[in-house]
Amino acid sequence: MPHFEKPAEGSWTEHYPELGTGPVSYEDSISPEHYELERKAIFARTWLNVGRVEELARPGSYFTRELQAAGTSVIVVRGIDGQVRAFHNVCRHRGNKLVWHDYPREETSGVCRQFTCKYHGWRYDLQGACTFVQQEPEFFDLDKSRYGLVPVQCEVWEGFIWVNIDPANTTSVVDYLGEFGAGITGYPFDKMTQVYRYRAVVGSNWKLFIDAFAEFYHAPILHARQSVAEESRKLQGIGYEALAYQIDGPHGMVSSWGGMSPPKDINMVKPIEQKLHSGLFGPWDRPGIEGLDPLPPALNPARSPAWGLDSFVFFPNFMLLIWSTGWYLTYHYWPTSYNTHIFEGTLYFVPPANATERLRQELAAVTFKEYALQDGNTLEATQMMLETRAVTMFPLNDQEILLRHLHRTAREYVSALDSDPTNPYTPVPVPAVS
Amino acid sequence: MTEKTPVPVFPSEFVDLDPFADWALGTEAERYAKRLSSTMDQLQALYDAAFPRLEAILAYLDGLELNSLPLEATRLLWLAYSLVNASFPVEVWRQPRVPDSGAASMEAVIEPAV
Repeated sequence: MPHFEKPAEGSWTEHYPELGTGPVSYEDSISPEHYELERKAIFARTWLNVGRVEELARPGSYFTRELQAAGTSVIVVRGIDGQVRAFHNVCRHRGNKLVWHDYPREETSGVCRQFTCKYHGWRYDLQGACTFVQQEPEFFDLDKSRYGLVPVQCEVWEGFIWVNIDPANTTSVVDYLGEFGAGITGYPFDKMTQVYRYRAVVGSNWKLFIDAFAEFYHAPILHARQSVAEESRKLQGIGYEALAYQIDGPHGMVSSWGGMSPPKDINMVKPIEQKLHSGLFGPWDRPGIEGLDPLPPALNPARSPAWGLDSFVFFPNFMLLIWSTGWYLTYHYWPTSYNTHIFEGTLYFVPPANATERLRQELAAVTFKEYALQDGNTLEATQMMLETRAVTMFPLNDQEILLRHLHRTAREYVSALDSDPTNPYTPVPVPAVS
Repeated sequence: MTEKTPVPVFPSEFVDLDPFADWALGTEAERYAKRLSSTMDQLQALYDAAFPRLEAILAYLDGLELNSLPLEATRLLWLAYSLVNASFPVEVWRQPRVPDSGAASMEAVIEPAV
């Protein structure tokens, strides 16, 4: 007997019949060849979130993002006109990486009036125009106006900055984000500017970490010891059921109950949480800002009084978690090979008014890291054994619907690539070495 | 020989926490590294000294402007951050490191200035 009502079909998964209910292959997470196809079919073609407008505080503010999976590095910069733009991070003269600091493969950020290439001193303004060529008369009929930085499509939605390196893409970010994007528009993201970001190199395929954060079936077991003993036994006995799951195109969401913020019984939580009134779900008191009541309509879709958080998986590699306690969290998964990726978890709070609020946020951030370390290391163990191919098909339960959907969506993008004759990324057959 | 006057580490009300001055560290990376290189006895000692003082620490700091804290008060806040970090080994793990986290690490790349 489910604790929370499921759709009329009897399960969340069967509500979306295209997903099927059979065991699932994880070959898509262990094949180097498949990963190369994903790079071309997914990362070189879809909208990718690269940060927030607060990271570009004023004209001339910039950061770079290494989009290894998409095969490029981009500069994201706020122009004199205030507009956010993105460019391939390459000098038009002879291909040097334009913006980097000390280490060519590492990301950087700062504020500048123009970009100057370290190699021969070519300069570009914040709008990307080439403004200076060293010893220009030595060149042959060089028209600077034709040597601006190569633009990358860049759009801002609710303060989130997105790039799409496919020049043929004609879908706007707003359209791409679909019902979920529309349904959370208006959330006061811009008020939550106190930021913690953690980064980890993870020894697994990028989809495996999304899998880990797109289901809470694991929570009562893997994270058992993070609860006090009695509470932990109770959670294991009950297991986990979400309030609701939804799927819209390539994206999915899970809505979950809270219960720990504040807990029904103070003895359910650890002493430090009792003292600070904070924990994994964030500070127990909601900040006194506008925009949290009422919430945008896509949040808490089951309209449950027990609502704790909604977790959106925006395909391919961006997750957005909005907590009932008035803060949000983002996850990025940046693939670096078929079995490695860089994970970034970023927590956003309303700036604290005093030390007590500051320390509550600190506890939430530290708790996040403790959980994520447990999750991250488990993934390497999973990747290792998936790669043995000793077992090839895996049963997924109804609480793992978003995993089924994610892997199916990724496979569909790859299949679409194969069948698209005009696609410039179609792999060129490599002649056999004689 | 000249004798140096000890420089106050924390606000005078918190002189009892002076033995834990080396936990007043300004970045998460430093606090986490110190946690991993400490024994459980050392972590327990920090916890036993600082946890009962947490309410007093917060009451003291809440009386000040968070973004312009004097140095001694800033150190006290840093010590409180270390207490939060050390609460996991003491209250949960019974070891400095997250169990089964092996060589995994997670680096704080952005954190609040204060």
